[in-house]
Amino acid sequence: MVLCNVLFPDCTCMGEEIWLDSRTVYIGHKEPPPGAEAYIPQRYPDNRIVSSKYTSWNFIPKNLFEQFRRIANFYFLAIFLVQLIIDTPTSPVTSGLPLFFVITVTAIKQGYEDWLRHKADCSINECPVDVVQQGKVVRTQSHKLRVGDIVMVREDETFPCDLILLSSSRHDGTCYVTTASLDGESSHKTYYAVQDTVAFRTEREVDSLHATIECEQPQPDLYKFVGRINIYKDREEPLARPLGAENLLLRGATLKNTQHIYAVAVYTGMETKMALNYQSKSQKRSAVENSFNLRLKDTVLTASVKNHLLSNSTSLVCLPFLLQVIRAFTDFLAFMVLFNYIIPVSMYVTVEMQKFLGSYFITWDEEMFDEELGEGALVNTSDLNEELGQVEYVFTDKTGTLTENNMEFIECCVDGNVYIPHAICNGQILSAASSIDMIDSSPGGYRREHEDLFFRALCLCHTVQVKEEETVDGIKRGIHQGRPTSFYISSSPDEVALVEGMKRLGYTYLRLKDNYMEILNKDDEIERFELLHVLNFDSVRRRMSVIVRSSSGECLLFCKGADSSIFPRVVSGKVEQVKARVEQNAVEGLRTLCVAYRRLSESEYKEARRHLNEAQLALQDREQRLAQAYDTIEKDFVLLGATAVEDRLQEKAADTIESLHKAGMKVWVLTGDKMETAAATCYASKLFRRSTQILELTKKRTEEQSLHDVLFELSRTVLRQRSISGLSVDCLDFGLIIDGATLSAILKSKQEGAGPGNYREIFLEIGRNCSAVLCCRMAPLQKAQIVKLIKASKEHPITLAIGDGANDVSMILEAHVGIGIMGKEGRQAARNSDYAIPKFKHLKKMLLVHGHYYYIRIAELVQYFFYKNVCFIFPQFLYQFFCGFSQQPLYDTAYLTLYNISFTSLPILLYSLVEQHITTERLKRDPSLYKDIAKNSLLRWPVFIYWTCLGVFDAVVFFFGAYFLFDNTTFTSNGQMFGNWTFGTLVFTVLVFTVTLKLALDTHHWTWINHFVIWGSLLFYVIFSLLWGGIIWPFLNYQRMYYVFMQMLSSGPAWLSIILLITVSLLPDVIKKVLCRAVCPTATERAQSTRPCLTVEPSTIFMLSQSSSRMSF
Amino acid sequence: MMASSYNAKEEDGHHPGASNNGGPGVVKSKKPDNTAFKQQRLPAWQPILTAGTVLPAFFVIGLIFIPIGIGLYVTSNNIKEYEIDYTGADPGDECYNCSQNFTWNSTTPCVCSVPFTLTQPFESNVFMYYGLSNFYQNHRRYVKSRDDSQLNGDSSALMNPSKECEPYRTSGAQPIAPCGAIANSLFNDTLELYYIDSNGTSNAVPLVKKGIAWWTDKHVKFRNPGGNDNLTIAFQGTSKPVNWRKPVFEMDTDPENNGFINEDFIVWMRTAALPTFRKLYRIIQKKSSSTPTLASGNYVLNITYNYPVRSFDGRKRMILSTISWMGGKNPFLGIAYITVGSICFFLGVVLLIIHHKYDTRNNSADIPG
Repeated sequence: MVLCNVLFPDCTCMGEEIWLDSRTVYIGHKEPPPGAEAYIPQRYPDNRIVSSKYTSWNFIPKNLFEQFRRIANFYFLAIFLVQLIIDTPTSPVTSGLPLFFVITVTAIKQGYEDWLRHKADCSINECPVDVVQQGKVVRTQSHKLRVGDIVMVREDETFPCDLILLSSSRHDGTCYVTTASLDGESSHKTYYAVQDTVAFRTEREVDSLHATIECEQPQPDLYKFVGRINIYKDREEPLARPLGAENLLLRGATLKNTQHIYAVAVYTGMETKMALNYQSKSQKRSAVENSFNLRLKDTVLTASVKNHLLSNSTSLVCLPFLLQVIRAFTDFLAFMVLFNYIIPVSMYVTVEMQKFLGSYFITWDEEMFDEELGEGALVNTSDLNEELGQVEYVFTDKTGTLTENNMEFIECCVDGNVYIPHAICNGQILSAASSIDMIDSSPGGYRREHEDLFFRALCLCHTVQVKEEETVDGIKRGIHQGRPTSFYISSSPDEVALVEGMKRLGYTYLRLKDNYMEILNKDDEIERFELLHVLNFDSVRRRMSVIVRSSSGECLLFCKGADSSIFPRVVSGKVEQVKARVEQNAVEGLRTLCVAYRRLSESEYKEARRHLNEAQLALQDREQRLAQAYDTIEKDFVLLGATAVEDRLQEKAADTIESLHKAGMKVWVLTGDKMETAAATCYASKLFRRSTQILELTKKRTEEQSLHDVLFELSRTVLRQRSISGLSVDCLDFGLIIDGATLSAILKSKQEGAGPGNYREIFLEIGRNCSAVLCCRMAPLQKAQIVKLIKASKEHPITLAIGDGANDVSMILEAHVGIGIMGKEGRQAARNSDYAIPKFKHLKKMLLVHGHYYYIRIAELVQYFFYKNVCFIFPQFLYQFFCGFSQQPLYDTAYLTLYNISFTSLPILLYSLVEQHITTERLKRDPSLYKDIAKNSLLRWPVFIYWTCLGVFDAVVFFFGAYFLFDNTTFTSNGQMFGNWTFGTLVFTVLVFTVTLKLALDTHHWTWINHFVIWGSLLFYVIFSLLWGGIIWPFLNYQRMYYVFMQMLSSGPAWLSIILLITVSLLPDVIKKVLCRAVCPTATERAQSTRPCLTVEPSTIFMLSQSSSRMSF
Repeated sequence: MMASSYNAKEEDGHHPGASNNGGPGVVKSKKPDNTAFKQQRLPAWQPILTAGTVLPAFFVIGLIFIPIGIGLYVTSNNIKEYEIDYTGADPGDECYNCSQNFTWNSTTPCVCSVPFTLTQPFESNVFMYYGLSNFYQNHRRYVKSRDDSQLNGDSSALMNPSKECEPYRTSGAQPIAPCGAIANSLFNDTLELYYIDSNGTSNAVPLVKKGIAWWTDKHVKFRNPGGNDNLTIAFQGTSKPVNWRKPVFEMDTDPENNGFINEDFIVWMRTAALPTFRKLYRIIQKKSSSTPTLASGNYVLNITYNYPVRSFDGRKRMILSTISWMGGKNPFLGIAYITVGSICFFLGVVLLIIHHKYDTRNNSADIPG
């Protein structure tokens, strides 16, 4: 109710329950004839699409509000406000300027994007649409469309809103549509008109149609629609027909290969499914970012404690208590302002820029470009770049990911007799099959009948379309045959492979015409079957059926599906032989389907039809009712045979898996396929080796023993082996196979409360100790559950999920990093992923090279930012002890402001974009280097403490170096004295040089860009200082820096002390680097050191090594 | 139809990436550019810090730093410096009475004399400093309490000083020139130096007060309003700082050293970095090459004691110092250079050992594998 009220505040019909979740659309706004339900006008939004977030008047407040919702921005705003309100050491400009800059840039960017959206909205809303009014086609603007309008759409036009197809220029009332812009699937889909409206073919006829549509209220699921159309004819009882997703043309899709259609608008504007799907998904945050946010909090905490100690020491005793409290508080705030530079705004900006710009290297990568697909890698979220370097678990789909999803029909078997199409009878396959019985040339009557039925079943039981057009857009899926104008198109490549296989065996599916399927049989005769019903495939049933009427009037139900879903429903047929063959094929890694049929008597057919119609007409729970109906119809099968289709491994899949293994990642294969097929793929892709000991945790086994026993036995095996092998874990690896049923049993055990042991934990323990895990027979949701389970385990490993199909989306969304493969099963996975790649093999470069680089880059970026700001602020802190804790800034305002913005920002940004500590080739060749950065090793506390200590040490060196130099003496040759600004400038000069040179020491990859920014920044600092001190700036109310820098440089000791202090500051880091490398080098460091040797001949290496002690490197 | 489709495929084969069979909307190729930058293949120098590469650097640093350090240390040691504290904090001190009897509005200045003896003659120019201790010239509220526009001769700022000068901005209705706490607390002791020769007569040592402030400060940063002629008129309508005895235009009789461009004033206005500091007061110039600037012997320092330091436990000193190219006496830099040089040298030796030990081991381990 409440929701309804919100959506339709003016609606007067709220009292009736039926209106809560359905709407009635009056086609052409015509009232139903009297006697039917009362005409209740409902209000719907017009067809205006609003994708823009702001309007011109609410842009500034709304955008500012959005921006300051970010904790960092808010913090800086608070600092800025404090500076405005109380008397603080630095002017509000110092923090206001960067904040203003950041906010403005973001606002401009968002404003520009929104302006583009406005423009796009405008052009969409104003594009012309043909509407049928009073029997004529009237051209109007898209946003004027109303629910109930009858729209005419021509070929290659995009649907202006969600429409129910009434009739098309094709006689059968179908139309072809691509939904490329909606879900990326460029294949043509067929949509159907309700048979009773097909006849309305002209404007006039359509306009005379008198009907209402009842349908559910808009919901975002693209593939779901439930409705009913009531057609009124001459005061008869209205004719009710079910409407489903196959009748609904979605906004955004394009009409193809159909001259024109008439359709009625049901959802308009923001209520269309496309608009409802517009919401962006929730954002994933990287673990690295989390860890540095945590560190920020720590730093803020210590800084404020520091502040508090200092401010307490300054509070005056003689003041009255209240005044003292206020004074202490303002002092506290003043210190906060002084030390807030330790968390600069610029760090956020730099990190964001690094991520944004850095992600371009992925899209630019030529090696990840696929010629066949014509596409390279895509980055949908740049926030997770560094996470690619931290992956510990890889969850991969099998079909389309590990394998090509390019199906080839291999063989079929009818009652145990194997048929192989001649086209692929190359030696290898023949020899494999010839050991079994070949096609029997003398079929008996029974066999003959089954054979005929089998081939017809495969020719009829599918949803393949035949493409006959001259020009075909999009991906061509069909393989060409003698007749040059026919293609097979289907959303499932298996079906295409099967139908094509049949073609090679002599049975050609010609077309579906006026509900008759035509088959060209072996003897070149055309057989026609009337298609009565299609019981569509779904992943729960794992089978599909068709009910056809043969030319002899016989009703037949053909069903094909996974063996597990067919065998239980079979009542006769040579089950044993077929089963044996199916299992054998599965072991060879082939995809098998079983085919069965059922003869329906007329009464049985009527019964079935009644069930189906009832279910289809239902407005509520239609899915469930349909499933029930299917269940009652699909039974008592006679088994015909099985087919085998090969799905070849993707190029270099095995190599990639091996590399991932070597890099210390655990690869789990999650597939909906059956165990034998999946296991075969795993062996082929080297996920399992010959030496791998396979542990099975399957339904078969848990039927024999209890789940409890099996689990404990397995965990004992694993743990025993581990304790024996001790250090050398690698030499003995386990592979675990688990199926969906067992998995759900394990997951369920938790809900029943703590039983005799937590199965989840044991399962995790086993899984952790296995190098490879295969989960077969997984439902999409179970895939996500597994990912969740691993994600929540106590080490909180970083998980990556990779898949290509819609069934992988849940797992891709669940994992830390989701990678989609731009595969053949549409673009859904790629759209929902964080990164999309064309092929599985690209994962190797993605993780081992890009991930590795991004991780070390961001790690250095974050640590370096802390370091340079510790160096920057700690002298300031020390200075407070010498200036009476008065919050006197050590550096000039310009230096305070520009330090993070311009003096030290570019080198680290460029470092974090182009650094390559090891060459790409080396990283690819030696995957074990990935282990060096595993478990966030570069952002752990010891490393952080080292950087902080280094920063504090350097800061102490800067400050006390300058302190002792200034200690009560002059260091000019004319006896004149320097003041506090010279002191600060000296410290600052040493600081800028040290911090920049420290980065230079860390740079392993000096391109001209690095040279340019590092030396350029230093030069810029010097030039800026000269300029800043060289002029009496007219707009400033102080001239404290006038000639300070020049005077300092005119003094010899200043030069000497700058050189000395820089040397001393850099010394510890150099020593640490050299000692670590010499005494206990990491694999990375070894790889770096041996690098020069790799380019020379082996003999030279040997010679070099002999004499290397003196002249090496 | 068939043929065209095959052709398309063959073309794809011949010109990889030139065309792709994507949707009809795809016009330009999505293939990334093969540039060194985009493919992250820019030519690069890839240095690694190993014991081998760092070794020579350490030795070189050691060899350069140690001589520099020794040079600096010797130079610093050759500088002569004499310092006397004339605060008069203890009852036995010459200036004890002056320091105790200080009142802000006394009209008669308190004078005291401190005798001292230089055991060594001071050659070349001698620089006379006054030093203050425990005086936080770097306190934030103090540092900012000035108006640089006013000091630069801006007439509007003269009459309407910056808010930063509060509470030393106006006196009654009149603006203070120069305004602010720094100017208000100008050091106003007068120091005179007398040489007591062998027969007991005291000869005044000539003290030069030109050249004690930065040239740029005196000539650019500080300017009198309305030029240097007739400062009395220029400063009309302003009030003298509260603690001053004379207005700013009566600082000196020399028009080149009067008003804002008075060098003593400019020196004071350059706030010191640390609470213990010294400021250049006078220069004693070398007269002839034959006689030392300050011969060894007895001297008397005559102090007109105007500046109270007792309230903040401060100390006042007078320092006489010669200067080398590297400034005053400061052994720190020399010692630091020697220390760092030695450490580098020592580390060089250590690294040499490590290099030999580990490097041979690493190589022997690497090559067979």
